[in-house]
Amino acid sequence: MSYRKIFADGLWQQNTGLVVLLGLCPLLAVTGTVVNAIGLGLATTLTLVCSNLVVSLARRTLRPEIRIPAYVIIIASVVTVIQLLMQAWFYDLYRVLGIFIPLIVTNCAIIGRAEAFASRNAPLPSAIDGLATGLGFLLALVALGALRELIGKGTLMSQASLMFGELGESLQVTLIPGHPGFLLAILPPGAFIGLGMLIAGRNWLESKRSGRRKAVLAAEARG
Amino acid sequence: MNAMFRSAAALGLVAIVGTTMLTGVDWLTADRIAAQERRVILEQLGELIPQEYDNALLEDRFTFMDETHFPGGQFATAWRARLQGEPVAVILKFNAVKGYNGNITLLAGINVDGSLRGVRVVSHKETPGLGDAIEIEKSNWILGFTGKSLVNPEREKWAVKREGGDFDQFTGATITPRAVIDAVRLALQYFDAKEAFLFNAPAEPEGGAAP
Repeated sequence: MSYRKIFADGLWQQNTGLVVLLGLCPLLAVTGTVVNAIGLGLATTLTLVCSNLVVSLARRTLRPEIRIPAYVIIIASVVTVIQLLMQAWFYDLYRVLGIFIPLIVTNCAIIGRAEAFASRNAPLPSAIDGLATGLGFLLALVALGALRELIGKGTLMSQASLMFGELGESLQVTLIPGHPGFLLAILPPGAFIGLGMLIAGRNWLESKRSGRRKAVLAAEARG
Repeated sequence: MNAMFRSAAALGLVAIVGTTMLTGVDWLTADRIAAQERRVILEQLGELIPQEYDNALLEDRFTFMDETHFPGGQFATAWRARLQGEPVAVILKFNAVKGYNGNITLLAGINVDGSLRGVRVVSHKETPGLGDAIEIEKSNWILGFTGKSLVNPEREKWAVKREGGDFDQFTGATITPRAVIDAVRLALQYFDAKEAFLFNAPAEPEGGAAP
């Protein structure tokens, strides 16, 4: 399998958040702002790369009958390590994302990639697959986060200093000054509606693309 | 039989490696995490107490229960600030239990004379955009407590303006400010009744979770 295909699958064709629809709990829960989305997206990506790498390295030792409990131990350990490191170095961000970090363990996308890819492939492609899948999930998180933050508060990247320190202050932009706030977008229903619209948008793009491909094929067939 | 043992051994090995790694990382990060937690508490407490104390504020603390003033079976925490042994102020951490959505955790700094140094919200789950104006990052509302005491304003003015009190409500949210106002008043009443106890109770070293 080529790396190009791995990235195309992870980012677009098999995007975890928008196509496979795994890991909806964090996707819906933390996307109130772009900064939260980036934080959880990066943590999930790191988890995916590490867990895929470890699962792939151990794939010959792990006999089929014990692979699921072994994956669970591996993923839980990786997530806990990431949680401790985040607490030690990004404590302010940890205070925002705190309760969602342990929830990465329950993100089915991670055990899904371990089972579907890492258990059958060499370490390097597995790590790349983790990276691609994680980045695809990050993109979905950020798209939904940006949509909700913009509609709900009229800003982008608010509280960026939690993640980027001093630099973050300058990243924050208010696109709609004096925005009165649109609560629906921030509250849980906004997450569902926003996700629905993103999925619809992706499907629309996809159908347009395949429609064009079909037209080209038909034209070629006609000669 | 043999295959079964090999599977069990492999799974055991995974568990041992995982546990070892976690122990190692925990050992490496424990000090740093503790330092981060202390930094955040000190920042929060520091906002309520200027530099006019000379004791180890973080260590001079204890927790207590008082169902009348701090209901809901909660543990309240008190930090004492002293200057050359004399009490200067106390910071209380407690929950307002009548919020719109769960507990609102508050810090209140109270001077020895019973006036408020200030109040801050540590955590809450109130409605974003409505009830979250209690956060200092969102609005100045919480600063309205500074300088207030049980006699200023008097008892019946400890309410939102809509109910004839002295404190602003927010558009669309009355429950949240009311819960905060009531909880702060109860804390002041507790201070009034138990001031000597608050300053004289022996300090308990920090054990368990940070606030």
